[in-house]
Amino acid sequence: MITTTRMKAVAISLVCLAAALVIPAVVQSASYLNLAILVLMAAQLGVSWNIVGGYAGQVSLGHAAFYGLGAYCSTLMLVKFGVNPWIGVLCGGLLAAILSVGFGWSCFRLKGHYFAMATIAVAELVQIWFTEWEYGGAAVGLYVPMDRTGWLWMNFATKLPYYWLALGLLLITLAVNWWIERSYIGYYLRAIKDEPDAARSIGVNIARYKQIALSISAFFTAIGGSLYAQKELYIDPNSVLSTALSIKMALVSILGGVGTLFGPVIGSVVLTTIEELTRTVFGGTGRGTDTIIYATLIIVIAVFYPTGVVGWWRNILRRRVLNTASNTADSEQSSSQVAGAAAVKGGQV
Amino acid sequence: MNLLDVSHVSKRFGGLTANEDVSFTVDKGQIVGLIGPNGAGKTTLFNCVAGYFPPSSGTIMLDGQNIAGLSPEACARAGVARTFQIARTFSSMTACENVMTAAMLITRSVSHARASAMRWLAFANLEHFADKPAASMTISEQRRLAVARALAIQPRILLLDEVMAGLNPSEVKQAVDVVLKIRDQGISSLIVEHVLEGIMPIADKIIVLDRGRKIADGTPRQVSSDPQVISAYLGDA
Repeated sequence: MITTTRMKAVAISLVCLAAALVIPAVVQSASYLNLAILVLMAAQLGVSWNIVGGYAGQVSLGHAAFYGLGAYCSTLMLVKFGVNPWIGVLCGGLLAAILSVGFGWSCFRLKGHYFAMATIAVAELVQIWFTEWEYGGAAVGLYVPMDRTGWLWMNFATKLPYYWLALGLLLITLAVNWWIERSYIGYYLRAIKDEPDAARSIGVNIARYKQIALSISAFFTAIGGSLYAQKELYIDPNSVLSTALSIKMALVSILGGVGTLFGPVIGSVVLTTIEELTRTVFGGTGRGTDTIIYATLIIVIAVFYPTGVVGWWRNILRRRVLNTASNTADSEQSSSQVAGAAAVKGGQV
Repeated sequence: MNLLDVSHVSKRFGGLTANEDVSFTVDKGQIVGLIGPNGAGKTTLFNCVAGYFPPSSGTIMLDGQNIAGLSPEACARAGVARTFQIARTFSSMTACENVMTAAMLITRSVSHARASAMRWLAFANLEHFADKPAASMTISEQRRLAVARALAIQPRILLLDEVMAGLNPSEVKQAVDVVLKIRDQGISSLIVEHVLEGIMPIADKIIVLDRGRKIADGTPRQVSSDPQVISAYLGDA
């Protein structure tokens, strides 16, 4: 049964991948293509966040710091020194991964909600610093020059190449996540999330593995930030370092399903679509109606499906298994009760 | 030579002395029971040996290496495994994954860890639970799962914190059987226990703590006739 569910999962992912490859050919409207790019980019951020926030259970609300670092690093290198953005993007990722050690050093000594609050504080400090930093454009921000375009300079006049870039980056991030999930690191991260004291008793250096998760997460978040800069051609502290951005990364994961591979992708499809739809339909009023509706929908989802879309779906599958089991044989009643208990338990987590 | 040599260990929390000048030894393959009334300092001593609290003074030698003050993960690497009063199984994992995670201290390969985990599950009579979520298992099963998990790091000594508490007589027997099998593997056990019927028949040595001090140390028969032990358990006449 496990193998059939695994095959189903592979089949579903292949269908999704095929759909992602076909979308640019089918979608002609520039605004819908832009929505698709936004979905992919938010999904990539959610998947990155999920490494430390989902698997390791360290809910960071300061990831915008890494996003901004990436965006600023590649843009400054390009603007000030003419460094190719491909190199700049990589440097931004590495810089964020290195600086995340300081981030982790200061925040990981706190647990749970206190950790989350500390991450907000660190990210706010970073934002204030960039707002005051004259060389980095301060509050005015930075423009990415359009003088050299094409794949070599990761700079395009049309949207389509950004779609491929966002898709490629998402796939790479997913592949790394998939590898982590299956390696011993993935097991260690889940152990740290479930029972940190017990994890230590079996030799897991929890500080080290939390930091490894944070550094990998920071690396990919920063690359997402660089991509944003190359796509929007303009960054300022508010657009790449705001706490709202950090919250969005966490929300995408939480709504989709924390600690699952595809949860953040599903979360991004739901959340980004709602966000953009409410903005286009209700955004013109200038009274923030779109934000109110957006927030209300998030609350509704969080109240009714606390385990996210993936958790909700798994619950349905479990219930179906349970029903077939009780229908086929009465003698298996006890085992199905155990499965039912597991399903209920899974729903509560 | 003694496998574990705890000598003159004291642990103070501010003005409160939880352990004072406690010394004892555990030989290779021995089952040693650590008993005493509530608040005697058993769990504190246990936490000192496992690295969860650094002792205020004294040394804890494991096979010639001083492990006093090492972190829990360093103690685990040195060969000390432990269980907790509440099982603390990894609730998002299956039974097999719980044990696999521990086996990964020995091998980073997931498939090797799985093979090792299945052996330890069988050892604790839990092989048919391998794919069950740990959270769906009974307390007794989760305790044995925690023992299997602790054994998967291939320790030289296993510290068991009240594995038998709250179990019914047949479950106590299952737990006792597992402890005896552990001794057959050449692994020493240090067992904090309230269930004296469980520990007395199988222990090679019993150490009795009262108000942080060691008041008796000997075979179960010697200890149970010791007047100091009787007065500690029953109060002064």
